Amino acid sequence: MLRLVIVGGSLAGLRAAQAARSAGHEGGIVMIGQEPHLPYTRPPLSKELLQGTQEIEDSALQVGELDVEWRLGVPATGLDRERRRVLLEDGTEAPYDRLIIATGCRARSWEGPGADLNGVHTLRDLEDAVALRTALSSSQRLLIVGAGFIGCEVAASARALGVEVTLVDIAAHPLLPFGPQLGERWARMHREHGVDLRLGVGLAGLRGNSGRVEHAELTDGTTLTVDTVLLALGSVLNNEWLSGSELELNPAIVCDATLTTVTDPDILAAGDIAAVPVVLADGTPLRVEHWTTAAEHGQLAGRNALLDAAERADHATPPYFWSDQYGSKIQALGCPALADRIEMLEQSPEDDRFVAACVSGERMIGIVGMNAARRLPWYRKQLAAPQPLEQVKLALAQESSTLGAPVGASA
Amino acid sequence: MKVHVDMNLCQSHGECVAVAPDVFELGDDDVLVWQEDVDDSRRADMQEAANVCPMMAISLED
Repeated sequence: MLRLVIVGGSLAGLRAAQAARSAGHEGGIVMIGQEPHLPYTRPPLSKELLQGTQEIEDSALQVGELDVEWRLGVPATGLDRERRRVLLEDGTEAPYDRLIIATGCRARSWEGPGADLNGVHTLRDLEDAVALRTALSSSQRLLIVGAGFIGCEVAASARALGVEVTLVDIAAHPLLPFGPQLGERWARMHREHGVDLRLGVGLAGLRGNSGRVEHAELTDGTTLTVDTVLLALGSVLNNEWLSGSELELNPAIVCDATLTTVTDPDILAAGDIAAVPVVLADGTPLRVEHWTTAAEHGQLAGRNALLDAAERADHATPPYFWSDQYGSKIQALGCPALADRIEMLEQSPEDDRFVAACVSGERMIGIVGMNAARRLPWYRKQLAAPQPLEQVKLALAQESSTLGAPVGASA
Repeated sequence: MKVHVDMNLCQSHGECVAVAPDVFELGDDDVLVWQEDVDDSRRADMQEAANVCPMMAISLED
């Protein structure tokens, strides 16, 4: 019987183990996780958990009676492909016949002056979220550096808690992957909710007496008085332990559409760490750092790992992503970050609900919607593969349940 | 088999609709409607729908 080892104890790793068991795998499964916790779901960490509407235990993923050997709190430190063993920090080894790598990412750190002051946070893990929640319960002035998804969601959560928020980003727009047109909309949304949003500005340094952050200096020379800082600068891959394995890294693990590494048919990868060909990107291997992709990859990797390489199925669903801010739900399908323009397709007369196409050349490769959940299944079908935007518009004209015609020419 | 959706958790992501559009549907105002009694032959699909629900709102009962 195959010995299956899964490195990564989060969503993708858990779904892989569950799928392998569901597919009838009776051999051993070893789950190696860097964190001491059983798998939990991260999306609430910047939203419900931070706002106090959910507790820590609500973020636990259901593990049930899953028959696996947990090796939690013990990071993998190396991969010996010749001997087919994962090397662990405690000096032990986990021998495998098939290996699934789902070690994901961590928060990008910042090395500038004052980075080690108390009151300076990043947000990725449960401990980070608990620490930030505690800080926000007594915080008056929060500075968030980075107006990506985490930065914007924490800004919304902190405003809901009544904390004064300054949100800065060196980019000209928040949520940059969604482009400048929609960026103005997100900027307006944050400002309408009382966020002091400063764009084109970065963090130069942090200062404080007695070891606590008190002031932040921005690259435009401004000094802010703050008591809490969140560095939301994106993520870096947990791939260092693979150096020496000779797996092809780009720096993510390069896989084919079956999630099999291009280097070794007995090794698969899933979730944030995997670069997998995406149909909507004409088969370019992309890293898709979203919850749903991790869940889908995990399921498929768990099934595929049990099969011979020639029998493995492809991952083919369009990437899906969502964000909740100020009670609005932003949803995206496909590859918005690869689009060269955005075109509004549907819009409610009040302009509080819309769907916009993400267009590359003449083809629709993704959509971004706001408060338009019921329209997504239709677009999901359109996005099985890139297709001409004009064709989508013709099909849309036949649809009876749209949100309404675009209100204006601009988004 | 019975399909339960905890509507206190559901946020209308529609992932279940993508997996099984004949069982799950987003109605007006984005509220999920679904078939509670589903044939056992669909167990794998229902499990997949539960697995990809970002809110972990879907549970199955024999």
